[in-house]
Amino acid sequence: MQAFLKTGKISSADKPSSSGVKSVKKKPPAPWVEKYRPKTIDDIVDQTEVVQVLRECLAGGDLPHLLFYGPPGTGKTSAILAAARQLFGDITRDRVLELNASDERGIQVIRDKVKSFSQLTVSSTRPDGRPCPPYKLVILDEADSMTTAAQAALRRTMEKETRTTRFCLICNYVSRIIPPITSRCSKFRFKPLARENVIKRLRDVCEAEGVDVGDGEILHEAVDTCEGDLRRALTALQCCQRLIGKITSDGLIEVTGLVPQKLTDEYLGIKNYSELEIFVENFLMEAYSASQLLEQLSATVVNAGHLTNKQKCVISEKVAVCSYRLLDGGAEVMQLTDLGCTIIMANNDP
Amino acid sequence: MSLWVDKHRPRDLMKLDYHKDQALRLKNLVQQSDFPHLLVYGPSGAGKKTRIMCLLRELYGSGAERLRQETMHFTTPSNKKIEIMTVSSNYHIEVNPTDVGIHDRVVIMDLVKNVAQTHQIDSSGQREFKVVILNEVDDLTKDAQHALRRTMEKYVTTCRLILIANSISRVIPAIRSRCLTIRVPAPTETEIASVLHAVCKKEGLSLPSELAMRIAKCADRNLRRALLMCESCKVQQYPFTPDQKVPEPDWQIYIRDTASLALSEQSPKKLGEVRQKLYELIIHGIPPDIIFAGLLKELVRNCDMAMKCQVANHAAQFEHRMRLGNKPIFHLEAFVAKFMAIYKKFVEESLGDAF
Ligand SMILES: Nc1ncnc2c1ncn2[C@@H]1O[C@H](COP(=O)(O)OP(=O)(O)OP(=O)(O)O)[C@@H](O)[C@H]1O
Ligand SMILES: [Mg+2]
Repeated sequence: MQAFLKTGKISSADKPSSSGVKSVKKKPPAPWVEKYRPKTIDDIVDQTEVVQVLRECLAGGDLPHLLFYGPPGTGKTSAILAAARQLFGDITRDRVLELNASDERGIQVIRDKVKSFSQLTVSSTRPDGRPCPPYKLVILDEADSMTTAAQAALRRTMEKETRTTRFCLICNYVSRIIPPITSRCSKFRFKPLARENVIKRLRDVCEAEGVDVGDGEILHEAVDTCEGDLRRALTALQCCQRLIGKITSDGLIEVTGLVPQKLTDEYLGIKNYSELEIFVENFLMEAYSASQLLEQLSATVVNAGHLTNKQKCVISEKVAVCSYRLLDGGAEVMQLTDLGCTIIMANNDP
Repeated sequence: MSLWVDKHRPRDLMKLDYHKDQALRLKNLVQQSDFPHLLVYGPSGAGKKTRIMCLLRELYGSGAERLRQETMHFTTPSNKKIEIMTVSSNYHIEVNPTDVGIHDRVVIMDLVKNVAQTHQIDSSGQREFKVVILNEVDDLTKDAQHALRRTMEKYVTTCRLILIANSISRVIPAIRSRCLTIRVPAPTETEIASVLHAVCKKEGLSLPSELAMRIAKCADRNLRRALLMCESCKVQQYPFTPDQKVPEPDWQIYIRDTASLALSEQSPKKLGEVRQKLYELIIHGIPPDIIFAGLLKELVRNCDMAMKCQVANHAAQFEHRMRLGNKPIFHLEAFVAKFMAIYKKFVEESLGDAF
């Protein structure tokens, strides 16, 4: 084995046994996102529908199969983990099976591991006699990355073992889940979080961390940069604080990887090819992201006062094509040049 | 004897030659151990790796510089044995998961979990976590990127990832949302020139400013390339003269020749010759997307705007298809053929107009 991996393997054998006094284990420092991950479902910001349903389950109601979907950082994983902890408390380990994209989740695993886990029947009392829900929970996080074959294999198990097991699937894109599964679940869309709520949450965290945010105006900018993704907002704030020592709007743009508005406007105003070549080269050398540019460009184009509707149509359509190709792996320089040509043609033909 | 690029690589964050503000900020960042995972991106030769090694030194002291190379073995779910080279110190490990192609997910899964489940023995209590450096994350398969998501959250207290990419366009949003993104722009020509001066001074050589500037211009804002060029200038001729020849990379000249071939005549016969040249470039390991970009740049030179637009459109389309397929030559050739057709039509039409 690797020497690197050998150092200090955690093993229960070499725990100090002689000393009677056990020092309180200090928690190693974690980034704010983990430090402030909701512990109970009441800490979840927004997403009222889901929280309502989960709350009813906690009060003794039945839990349906769940399907959570929505963009990153909106609380999907946090919600189900908090609920599971509240439902099962200290027996969470026995009752919950969490599988995510980093675990092997091929057909074979679904057939063997998941199936045998779901088949076990469980009682409705804990070892110490207190009541608990009479079922187990299988969490399939990041289910977008499961193959359709594996999903198909899951379908039978879900149907047959409803008596003993509930499933919770989580994904970013609901279209990646096969219909027979979506139709068996209660679906919940996690919306990008509402501004006021994000701001409130950020303010609370900043207060707890002793970060000065003045009158809170800067928090509005923080929210603008993150498009309803609370994780991104928290990370941005923390990094800005640690990197620069205070929260500033330039700092926020830098740590979130946004393209300065000036560049977006410049790109949109390009009039000839040699300008375009220079722009694209510099843009990429400065390491800005083409996909980010397209995202911001699309918003700018729609609201631009100086463009005619025809120009907006032509440019927007090309933005869509290029953005798709980029996601598919197309080279940034090619896509930006192609789109740039369309912009030039549109600019010269109002 | 080591190359200048390695010999004069700065080892301390505060000694980095450019983006000094950023270096200072990074230093602030790692003062406390609660920073998130990092995603460092920038064009090649911008100095990402140097910056990261300095950061590691800042974190762990000089122990992070005692490196060893090892080969690790993994088994895929289908029982295929794969192996991969790693570079590691007591505090960090670095891999290039794309080396194993579509099996990158297995490497990432096993490696990160392994590291995360071991903890730092260091009794002086330096840092509670180890670092895993993953190179070329923008080329990871989507599967591998997904595999990182929850892992990144679960093990964040014991293992920090430093992800390196050329661009973040191909990194999935879910990963971007989990990292602090650090942009490393390529150095400007002036910055490159001043690094060249500094290095030559350390070597005890005198470098004329004109020559430094010319090398910087030729290097496409790639510092590594500039240093290599400067060193080979030295080998060719020393003392330096301001107007001495700066060796240009062969492949750039070669791509230019290929383009002029396509411009000289548009016929199946010429296309055959172009294909030979394209094969030659691919065989010599020039990445196909660079060939595409080079060809586009040369080919549109004599076109009017409407035609430039058409050609760029096709280039973008064929390059995209190339990513989806697996034989770059088909798509490169298709592009050249398309260009010839457009160009020939244009020439014939304008000749027609003349009469
Ligand atoms: N609705 C929310 N309420 C409170 N905190 C939230 C909420 N959404 C996100 N967060 C914060 O963001 C972090 C990440 O959230 P979470 O892991 O639930 O995202 P996710 O929806 O699972 O994203 P992904 O799709 O990327 O897996 C949490 O640790 C928490 O700090
Ligand atoms: Mg999640």
